Amino acid sequence: MGRNKMALPGPGDVLRQTLPNGITVLARENFVSPSVVIDGYLISGSQDDPVEHEGLASFTVDVMERGTYQRPFEQLYEEVETVGAAFGFSAGVHITSFGAKGLAELLPLLLDICNDVMRNPSFAPEQIEHARAELLSALREQEFDTRARAARAFHELTYPVGHPYQRQVTGDPNTVAKLKKADLHAFHEHTIKPQGMVIAIVGAVKAQVALETVQSVFGDWSGDRPTRSALPEVPALTVRREQYVPLSEKTQTDLVLGWPGPSRHSPDFLACQLANTVLGVFGMMGRLGEQVRSQNGLAYYVYSSLEGGAGPGPWQAIAGVHPSQVEKAVSLILNEIHRLRDEPIPATELEDSKTYLTGSLPLRLETNEGVAGTLTYIERYQLGLDYLQRYQERIQAITAADVQAAAQRWLDPEAFALGISGPPRG
Amino acid sequence: MNLLKTTLENGLTVVLRETHSAPVASVWIWYRVGSRNEHLGITGISHWVEHMMFKGTERWPRQKLDQAIAREGGYLNAMTWYDFTAYFETLPSAKAYMALDIESDRMANALFDPDEVAAERTVIISERQGNENDPTFLLDEELSAAAFRVHPYGHDTIGHLCDLQTMTREDLYTHYHTYYAPNNAILAAAGDFNAGEMLRMIERTFGKIAPRDTLPQVTAQEPLQKGERRVTIEGDAGTDYLALAFHTPEATHPDIHALTILSTVLAGGSGSLVGRGSLTNYTSRLYRAVVQSEIAADVSASLIPSVDPNLYRISATVLPEHSPAEVENAIRAEINTIRTTPITAEELAKAKRQARALFAFSSESITNQAFWLGYSEIFADTSWFLRYLEKLETVTIEDVLRVADTYLRPQNITVGHYLSNQGEH
Repeated sequence: MGRNKMALPGPGDVLRQTLPNGITVLARENFVSPSVVIDGYLISGSQDDPVEHEGLASFTVDVMERGTYQRPFEQLYEEVETVGAAFGFSAGVHITSFGAKGLAELLPLLLDICNDVMRNPSFAPEQIEHARAELLSALREQEFDTRARAARAFHELTYPVGHPYQRQVTGDPNTVAKLKKADLHAFHEHTIKPQGMVIAIVGAVKAQVALETVQSVFGDWSGDRPTRSALPEVPALTVRREQYVPLSEKTQTDLVLGWPGPSRHSPDFLACQLANTVLGVFGMMGRLGEQVRSQNGLAYYVYSSLEGGAGPGPWQAIAGVHPSQVEKAVSLILNEIHRLRDEPIPATELEDSKTYLTGSLPLRLETNEGVAGTLTYIERYQLGLDYLQRYQERIQAITAADVQAAAQRWLDPEAFALGISGPPRG
Repeated sequence: MNLLKTTLENGLTVVLRETHSAPVASVWIWYRVGSRNEHLGITGISHWVEHMMFKGTERWPRQKLDQAIAREGGYLNAMTWYDFTAYFETLPSAKAYMALDIESDRMANALFDPDEVAAERTVIISERQGNENDPTFLLDEELSAAAFRVHPYGHDTIGHLCDLQTMTREDLYTHYHTYYAPNNAILAAAGDFNAGEMLRMIERTFGKIAPRDTLPQVTAQEPLQKGERRVTIEGDAGTDYLALAFHTPEATHPDIHALTILSTVLAGGSGSLVGRGSLTNYTSRLYRAVVQSEIAADVSASLIPSVDPNLYRISATVLPEHSPAEVENAIRAEINTIRTTPITAEELAKAKRQARALFAFSSESITNQAFWLGYSEIFADTSWFLRYLEKLETVTIEDVLRVADTYLRPQNITVGHYLSNQGEH
């Protein structure tokens, strides 16, 4: 190793440059294995879906992946699969992520394919119908999936009608059935643009070479997408809101209990992250794991998650329990919420979660995917290339009072949303 | 690959790979016990013992164990399958000793507190019930049971509900006491350490544990299947599914490499022996036959390296307005073709390239490297893993034709249909 292996990715070893067309390139070298990873995103997502066309962003991307004018479906995948490489696109609410992976010498080919899929999709009618049939099948499977139904119920209860977090990124069978080629074309024309695009390249390629390859492939692309209007406000929940989705023949009940949480930009986000680690992550899933699983044997899985994101993404507790134990599990979860709000976290427990958050960084950065994903995350939230270097200091500065204040601000045990799905209640 | 492999006096196999790519170490302990070592009445016991290993010892009580690792920023987990139960910690390399301390302690001193056993019974049943919510779990469980009528590979690792309800603390402790011994285990580690120093630490921690005099042997052998078997499940899942299974040989059998090429040509590289899951299969024969033709939403296959002969499985999600029977017919037509007509040189070359890429991806993280060193030692030995690509290179078109004809014959098939009574037939 020529470079100090202990170094976290940062200004010293990450090349960052924004091209004239608005594409930001991040590159970091790693010659340990002969492979390369691409990870990036475009500013396009279900947030841009017209009201009557839910699922359009996601479906457009599904069909983009199924062939370009130069590379019809068969040829596209023959080129990729023949060399043992892979690529993929996926729409979220705010962004469309893309990625590719292969042996390092394939970088030019992989970039060329990403570029072709972004700029020259053919939207061939037969591929639209293929993609539609597969998506409808997946949506139908979700209809009968307790975890998916509990999560959907939670989102519907938590976010106001019309908010993109209230809808499904994939749309529903009714909206997907109506999407036409012209809709896809128009959506692609408007939103898939280089402006704001980010691309990270990590692996056995010189950083300067990676940058130059991106320039040569994407440099001649230009165009801005329309400005987005602000998302609707998300009011805080004021009462307990609950929905039960019965599905016959199921033997376990899944539940999602939570609130609209802070965005990644919120000043108390790291205090919330620390609170969440204590609540449902640290060790065997934090305090929730200890109470719900270990002491009471109610669930195989229980944990909490804080999404952050452009926000306000959810902050939620998630569990799978025996149908007869739902109320008991909910009550144990709420007890832990009360405790987090009412009592400062003891010093040792706080220190444990702090060292977990900072100590696990090198492990999360063990693979090229881990590094590339972290670089795009840092770029997306404008955290600064020295974010990882400053992370430990910032986590250390958080006090028990900060964590308690974060819990009091975001987690209200009297007013929350609860999505549940399991066998019909007797 | 820079490997240190040795056996301690008490029989513990040790495989170490020193690699300084990141300041991380991954330490795994593998026991040669899994659902293969179970019988009716105690199905699921190996997996339950795995859960109990997190309930602590005198020196490493519950909570202290996982919290100690988490405090260092590390993570730990465990897994149980047909042939093994494995535990691992991946953590900053300076703390690797802690993993050895924990694993050597719980190899011999796990408590199996009766109250903890009682609390974990409902957790395990909850895990099974979570699986049951998935129709493909139900179909695979039925398919395995039909394919194996003698060998314990016929039951799922999670175990039967009735056994989970009735097994006792004594059953669990006996199982633990029988199989958790240095001469029935492999310590595999990879990462940023000095292999010689690591070996000395392993000797210090594990060296003092006494071996077991007798380890029960699995004698079950599945008789040759002499005709097609079929199972059907009806349910409320809203979607129909198809699953096919063929008996295939153990991982050390010379045909296994030709079978992985065969599987790659049929259903893509992600179902092959090493490095599953990361490639698309849109140019594979079965994708073209059932997904391109719009009767299935997806198709996949899996070949599992195991100690005893196991199953090659093909699974598909059936599209509405089509039936598992249609998808089955289309797949079987492809199978007939590949049994009688040689694959092309291009298909062979592509399958080998995909295997090389998947192998490279699978060796990328330190955790995965340690996983493969230990796992290959379970069903063969580390040279199986190290020589995997070399063996694949020697596979010929004729080999693929021969193994297709041998293992994909109609007398060797078990067919499973999941019929949704909410489907649109």
